[in-house]
Amino acid sequence: MADIQHTNGQVPTVIVDDLHIVYRVYGATVGKGNAPAAFKRILKRQKSPALREVHAVRGVSFTSHRGESIGLIGRNGSGKSTLLRAIAGLLPPTRGAVFTDGQPTLLGVNAALMSDLTGERNIILGCLAMGLTPAQAKERYDDIVEFSGLGEFIDLPMRTYSSGMQQRLRFAIAAVKSHDVLLIDEALATGDADFRKRSEERIRELRDEAGTVFLVSHSLDVVTKTCTRAIWLDQGSIKMDGDAETVVNAYSSATR
Amino acid sequence: MSTATATRPATPRAELAAEHGLSPSSARPPLPQYLRQVWARRHFITAFATSRTATLYSGARLGQIWQVLTPLMNAGVYYLIFGILFSSRRNIDNFTAFLVTGVFLFTFTQRSVTSGARAISGNLSLIRALHFPRAALPLAFTIVELQQMLVSLAVLGVIVLLTGEPITWAWLLVVPALILQTIFNTGLSLAIARIGARVPDVSQLLPFLTRTWLYMSGVFFSIPQRVHAGPLQDLMMANPATVYIELVRDALIDRHDAPQHAWILAVSWAVVAFCVGFWYFWGAEEKYGRG
Repeated sequence: MADIQHTNGQVPTVIVDDLHIVYRVYGATVGKGNAPAAFKRILKRQKSPALREVHAVRGVSFTSHRGESIGLIGRNGSGKSTLLRAIAGLLPPTRGAVFTDGQPTLLGVNAALMSDLTGERNIILGCLAMGLTPAQAKERYDDIVEFSGLGEFIDLPMRTYSSGMQQRLRFAIAAVKSHDVLLIDEALATGDADFRKRSEERIRELRDEAGTVFLVSHSLDVVTKTCTRAIWLDQGSIKMDGDAETVVNAYSSATR
Repeated sequence: MSTATATRPATPRAELAAEHGLSPSSARPPLPQYLRQVWARRHFITAFATSRTATLYSGARLGQIWQVLTPLMNAGVYYLIFGILFSSRRNIDNFTAFLVTGVFLFTFTQRSVTSGARAISGNLSLIRALHFPRAALPLAFTIVELQQMLVSLAVLGVIVLLTGEPITWAWLLVVPALILQTIFNTGLSLAIARIGARVPDVSQLLPFLTRTWLYMSGVFFSIPQRVHAGPLQDLMMANPATVYIELVRDALIDRHDAPQHAWILAVSWAVVAFCVGFWYFWGAEEKYGRG
């Protein structure tokens, strides 16, 4: 509970209290995946062997404060994205609790908007979904287009965009509003060098606007450049939590 | 699972959270607050619905013309089978208008239910990306269906006129009947949306349920003529689809009369379905998006 002492004078924005998350995964195909086999299972009242439980987050606790940007690092499958989803309130905790200041916004790679619609419609819809009024959405429209750098592609359906372009648009929409807590899941991974630079700047701005930013990234460079603090997750629990540079150094020497 | 957090003994961190006014991240707002949140997103709901309608037939070469063609061809198929092959047209005044009204109105409810079932499960990526009251999705999908219905209604008006019905003041009664049906559809679609989010198999099952409902609703035959008086007939006559169809037939077709108490039934079905559906949908608000 050492981190609780540190909060004196600082305002906590996210408190994660002994969080456990267990996924129930259906469709892990074991045995014969045909109809007679499924029927036999129902008759014998067996639990579906396709149902597996995955303990993705095991007892994570930490407190984040206003103005911090926190990088989450760790190997694939170490629970980083799950932890973000739990902070965003999209995964109810199995045990423990997550407390947040305001409503966190999760910005992820899989977060498709509506792919049949043009970038233009997606911007307006995204703004309205975040709770902006139509007037505010119109007002910020130009900023978003400019920031996304999509230019003339903006009136094409989103399904025609490359994955990099889609992510740029998503980030541009979410970044237009200053969020109390912004969670970014690998969103900057595929942008080109120019966009990466601008989004790093925007993250710094968002942080200065008294919010807290969480960033999941495999690019340790991005973490050291944009984050003040880093948390190293290993198999669902915290291995190290501290200053970004120290944790990244420890992580990279451990994985080398 | 979510209630476990409320009854847990307070830990130092939970106390710190309470001290700074932090709230649990996956909590369901109380119903009045939830209603306000939904109302605040009304622009999102209508913009979402309008965009959705615009892209509905974007893959087809004829585009939006299908909005008119689909109900017309539906009516054509039922006319071929029930008007000509089975000749249920005997003893029914203006069978064409009778049939087309029934088909269009039933399709409205049927499509609302079907799209409601996929409102949550088909939009998980949107749900996982942005925070908004989830009821916005089934509500938007009902509005999409309503927009389709308004196109169908124009087609319906033309067909009924072509069959020789006069325009009367009674035609205005279509408006309240359709409003009530929309409210009923919304409630039903909200309820199905929650079930569909938890059990994806519902989408496989729904076509059979709605088809049974179709045959129970006197869309292409007259219930009093075909079913003996008794509990079954009462049940079929009181079912909401029959009630709304009969009300619109009563309004459009000069010599057709709606059964007794139809308006009372129409209002009751709408209010009950909407209140129960909304309340039921709200009950799992924090769980949508888990997949």
